[in-house]
Amino acid sequence: MKNLIYIIVLITLFGEVRAQQTPAKDQSEVISITGATAHIGNGEVIENSTIIFENGKITAIGASSSISPKGKIIDASGKHVYPGFIAPNSTLGLVEISAVRASDDDSEIGNYNPHIRSIIAFNAESKIVESMRPNGVLMAQVTPRGGVISGTSSVVQLDAWNWEDAAIKTDDGVHINWPNVFSQGQWWLGEDPGFKPNKKYTKQINEIENFIKQAKASIKSGVTSENLPHHAMKGVFDGSKILYVHVDVEKAILDVISFAQKNGIKKLVLVNAYEAYKLANQLKRNNIAVLSGRPHKTPNYEDDDYDLPYKNAKILMDAGVLVALQNSGGMERTNARNLPFQAGTVAAHGLDKEKALQLITGNTAKILGIDKFVGTLEIGKDATLFISQGDALDMRTNLLEKAFIQGRDISLESHHTKLWKRYRKKYSK
Amino acid sequence: MKKLLLSLTVICWGFNFYAQEYFPKNDGVKTADSNYTVFKNATIHTTPNSEIKNGTLVIHKGKIAQVGNNITVPKNSVIIDLKGKHIYASFIDPFTNFGIKKPKKQGGSIFSPGAKLDWKATREGYYWNDHIRPETSALTSFTYDSKKATEYINEGFGVVNTHMPDGIIRGTGLLIALNNKGTKGERLLSDTSAQFLSFEKSNASRQVYPTSLMGAMALLRQVYYDADWYTSGKVTNKDLSLEALNRNKNLPQIFEAGSRINGLRADKVGDQFNIQYTIVGGGDEYARIDEVKATNATYIIPLDFPEAYDVSDPFMANLVSLGDMRHWNQAPTNPSVLSKNGISFSLTTHKLKKLTDLNARIMKAIAHGLDKKIALASLTTIPAQILGKSNVLGSIKKGAYANFLITKDELFTKDNIIFENWVQGRKNIVTDMNIQDISGDYELVLAGKSYDVSISGKPSSPKAKVKLGEINLGSKINYKDNWVTLTFTDADTTKTQYTRIVAAIHDTPDLWDGKAVLPNGVETTFTAKKKTKEDSGKTKDKEILDKKEEPEIIPVVYPNIAYGNVKLPKSENILFKNATIWTNEADGILTETDVLIKDGKISAVGKDLNAGNAKIIDATGKHITAGIIDEHSHIAADAINEAGHNSSAEVTIEDVVSPSDINIYRNLAGGVTSIQILHGSANPIGGRSAILKLKWGESAENLIYKNSPKFIKFALGENVKQSNWGSTTRFPQTRMGVEQLFVDYFGRAKAYQELKQSGKPYRKDIEMETIAEILNGQRFISCHSYVQSEINMLMKVADKFNFKVNTFTHILEGYKVADKMAAHGVGGSTFSDWWGYKFEVNDAIPYNAAIMHNQGVLTAINSDDAEMSRRLNQEAAKSVKYGGISEEDALKFVTLNPAKLLHIDDRVGSIKIGKDADLVLWTGHPLSIYSKAEKTIIDGAIYFDLTKDKSMRKAIASEKNKLSTMMLKAKNSGLKTQPPKKKEKQHFKCETVETIN
Repeated sequence: MKNLIYIIVLITLFGEVRAQQTPAKDQSEVISITGATAHIGNGEVIENSTIIFENGKITAIGASSSISPKGKIIDASGKHVYPGFIAPNSTLGLVEISAVRASDDDSEIGNYNPHIRSIIAFNAESKIVESMRPNGVLMAQVTPRGGVISGTSSVVQLDAWNWEDAAIKTDDGVHINWPNVFSQGQWWLGEDPGFKPNKKYTKQINEIENFIKQAKASIKSGVTSENLPHHAMKGVFDGSKILYVHVDVEKAILDVISFAQKNGIKKLVLVNAYEAYKLANQLKRNNIAVLSGRPHKTPNYEDDDYDLPYKNAKILMDAGVLVALQNSGGMERTNARNLPFQAGTVAAHGLDKEKALQLITGNTAKILGIDKFVGTLEIGKDATLFISQGDALDMRTNLLEKAFIQGRDISLESHHTKLWKRYRKKYSK
Repeated sequence: MKKLLLSLTVICWGFNFYAQEYFPKNDGVKTADSNYTVFKNATIHTTPNSEIKNGTLVIHKGKIAQVGNNITVPKNSVIIDLKGKHIYASFIDPFTNFGIKKPKKQGGSIFSPGAKLDWKATREGYYWNDHIRPETSALTSFTYDSKKATEYINEGFGVVNTHMPDGIIRGTGLLIALNNKGTKGERLLSDTSAQFLSFEKSNASRQVYPTSLMGAMALLRQVYYDADWYTSGKVTNKDLSLEALNRNKNLPQIFEAGSRINGLRADKVGDQFNIQYTIVGGGDEYARIDEVKATNATYIIPLDFPEAYDVSDPFMANLVSLGDMRHWNQAPTNPSVLSKNGISFSLTTHKLKKLTDLNARIMKAIAHGLDKKIALASLTTIPAQILGKSNVLGSIKKGAYANFLITKDELFTKDNIIFENWVQGRKNIVTDMNIQDISGDYELVLAGKSYDVSISGKPSSPKAKVKLGEINLGSKINYKDNWVTLTFTDADTTKTQYTRIVAAIHDTPDLWDGKAVLPNGVETTFTAKKKTKEDSGKTKDKEILDKKEEPEIIPVVYPNIAYGNVKLPKSENILFKNATIWTNEADGILTETDVLIKDGKISAVGKDLNAGNAKIIDATGKHITAGIIDEHSHIAADAINEAGHNSSAEVTIEDVVSPSDINIYRNLAGGVTSIQILHGSANPIGGRSAILKLKWGESAENLIYKNSPKFIKFALGENVKQSNWGSTTRFPQTRMGVEQLFVDYFGRAKAYQELKQSGKPYRKDIEMETIAEILNGQRFISCHSYVQSEINMLMKVADKFNFKVNTFTHILEGYKVADKMAAHGVGGSTFSDWWGYKFEVNDAIPYNAAIMHNQGVLTAINSDDAEMSRRLNQEAAKSVKYGGISEEDALKFVTLNPAKLLHIDDRVGSIKIGKDADLVLWTGHPLSIYSKAEKTIIDGAIYFDLTKDKSMRKAIASEKNKLSTMMLKAKNSGLKTQPPKKKEKQHFKCETVETIN
């Protein structure tokens, strides 16, 4: 009974605050943005540009001198246009308040869950999701957590009535949490909290190998009703899905590379990959992409360079590895709106600014396999872009005036801006 | 029953020797003798610094009767000739738990749902806290362990001091003579040898308080006050713990600290009450020896030098930090560094995995510079001194216990052997000294054949090799009670048959003759003659091999981990030319301007300043700001939350500052110069803060601000009502309860103060003293807060008790009551954009700082996080985006405003002549995402420098490589190794509840 009351209270509370921004209507007229500095997302910049989009797609982009605007003209002289930022490996929409268990939907029980699909639980009306847009984060990969194989992710745009409308690529890949080479003592049980070599490491890899073998056998049998987890691996073997392997240390990364070769994994992406910087050339040679860990973190080892997390992505990019940033870790959902500043930090530590932008736009789209329609400002792609008063990778000038998702003129309001306005009004009396 | 019989036997046996005069005897006549035992012709090392050559030692009834050169030997003496041998006092271990088992842990953490927790004491008639157990007598749980005693005896110990290793105050210990044949009464030299203490809780109780190191320290202080108060007779209840504590006051006080820094902490508590603890150290004293020396304490030092890490797999080797590698290299110097600095210490076998490691460890310490005489003193005279027993233990003198060693050579020489260890006049044979050493090469003649026999190894357990011509024969030798038997196989290996010989060795070990049994069963005789050295023709290779190289020791740095300083940075006079200066003063932002720092202070700001003798740094295109100040940090501390009570005003983070946290260096790299380490948010009234300057390399004491303003952490909301913990049994569980808790505490503190001021006697209460300081305006509150209702509540409680809340920290709904905050005069230190992680931060908005600031609330932005604090300038810059704050004001959110909130703005927070030279030189605009701190300066000394950082990275890599090579060498030479390991501390946030035992 007490629980019931609790649930009712929660529902009422959420019900009250959930009235979110209304998703924008389809693009109805041609729009031209003129005069802005266009940051393409592939390393290029066009000063004083004109961008035209109709029916949700970019139909023209170039120097203003070479393109005549049409339709509704937005004068953005002195301003900047960017492709919408993409937050990969996120749990946006899966959890509202981590401390409130009833609102948590990111982690299923069980160890081998490739059949678990994140898109099902994506809450398009999450207050956290809408708070991304004012900072230019307009798309996200929604990724389940937990277990050895956490499940299958999907990519969404962040202005939708429901998960079905939000999806821009459903079931893009399967996520494996690679076994830890080092295991940590359970300090809460009185063990030394230090890390030591994990004695079960090889055994744990063998378990994954065995799962892969079994899955291949099940798929060959053709009886799809039998083992859901096995059949959910099909796309990983035929190349229609990406295998994302969440892994950090050098030895484990090497093991992942040989695992992928041995098992004929066609599309492999490393996630987090803290020590990938030690293997940059090898990754480049094997054509393996990396969703690099958040720059805003402390180094893993006492002896590490203080700026190692800041420059990790730069080291990989310099070596020619296809790399993008992801933001998993503490407070990963609410902090995802800081993705542009994480890219800015990489620029502060040596990467060219336009290349830093690629880390959250063009490169991300390539890695997630959505670069045919998003990621850069190029003809034929979705008009998912925004206008900022200034440099969007610097927090002082990341000031969005307009944002479009698939050409739809979306709201830049949020729970936060509403409260801000409400209390400004209170004090202006 | 069997046990009883056994102990009866032991006692009877004892009686035969030393019949106790008033004990009746019914199994025979009461015989006794009063014979003397006399040891002659030995070198007697009476103390580590004096010896008697060809001396005589006379013992009688367990004690030393006489020692010297010209001694008349009593007639009724048994004489033992020790020509060429040495006599030393037996060793004393002042810190063991010999014969005593520690109770098992009862489990139950505040995290585990449904865990049975005791919030109050479970005993009656004793102190209110179960972890204070001065009444414990080790005797009640002591069982003499002869097996273990023999192990000690074999290593040379005659006496050990033992105790119950459980609890914060652990009660009294026992001094036990390792006299296996003695009676219980005879062995027990003292049943109150010392009082033992530690910072660890008792396993015998589940009482939650204290949960932290600082809680244990505070508790200890309060107990001392209470014990004193108890003597006044004003306490109406009986408290057996306090009575015992008062009784134990004059005993030696032995404190198990377990690490250098905890030793310093213990000493600090002791100093406050004029108690000088003897400190059981951690083996890492060498790394900050000056501080250790300043304690004036005598130390008890373990010898558990770490084994080399097995770095043969480079992937695994990555785990090991430079600090841990250095400790492996440097730890064996600890005893020698202590002694060279004049610190008196005893050694202990405590923490050794096996007692038999002792001699090798001492030899290692000697190889690393420890003087042999000091080593001896640390095992004899010093422990005797610590225990107040120098008159009867630790040296060879008249009247002392007859506890002594007979050795082959001098102690701590390579081939020395301990023959006998006499304890209370009773002989223990460690190695039979009467065994003839038969090692050597022999020619064995038997049945017309000549064999080569080579014997080596210890005299008591020799090994043999038998050769016939060039053929090696399988053999087995046995040597016991002066009889040697040797069995060997036949040269014809196709047959299984043996030859056996047997001979008695008497005074002619070089020539054996005895009986032999041939494979065919025929009995005959044989002779074996020892070859002379020339015959055996062995080279001296072995001796050459034994010569060891001097161990190479890596120098200590401050702190002794990666990025530590070889020398502590010193204040410099520097002129920064042509910078953009963010003054935070009326001058605003000055372009192309110079700043001169001198003697640790800002000396001049202006155009074209004269450098004088100052170093010139060209800062063209660069920016200079005041150092960043973090109002809410949890780095550089070994504890954050005392969660055992709903108020913990008695604890202070100043007790647990950790100067060797790498996050200090990383924060410097982000331009941070000052921080407030706040207590966590586990309870409504938290602990006192520590306000630090991040002077990387300095001691904990030197990091803390001089004349630091006094602060205390309060907390409201979900954390204090334990919404997200396993346990839900501690008051308060609602915001309503939180208010009443404050009213109750402030009311009581007021009454406490009135009593105190009245001049009447009162019980000194650290908690009440602290809360009274708040009422008096001497201590400021920084209150963790989220929702508007509770923010408003605390201001109302403060109004009621007529004081002001100084700061609301976090204050995420400050924007909702900013007008009320401004009216109350409280400041707000908030996150730039954290929200959504728990229910109470649902309405947290990034515009909070802007709204509070615009309403006239003194506003700062803080971190609560070791990572975010590295980028606080960028967090401040978010206020430009969220709410349109000017850049100048935004920078003040992380410099001048937190300085004002912390009441240190007279010293830091702006660039003003006369203020401390705490500055940051930025590569560009200080609020830009693209800028880095290039130099971070505190009191005029450069603590972070990008260029120096680069060169340190190279040095770290090469030092690690060097140490890895040394470790591989150790491994390849056959030494034991340990698997690679990365030490980990909990990453503290406000909500972290750390655990102590």
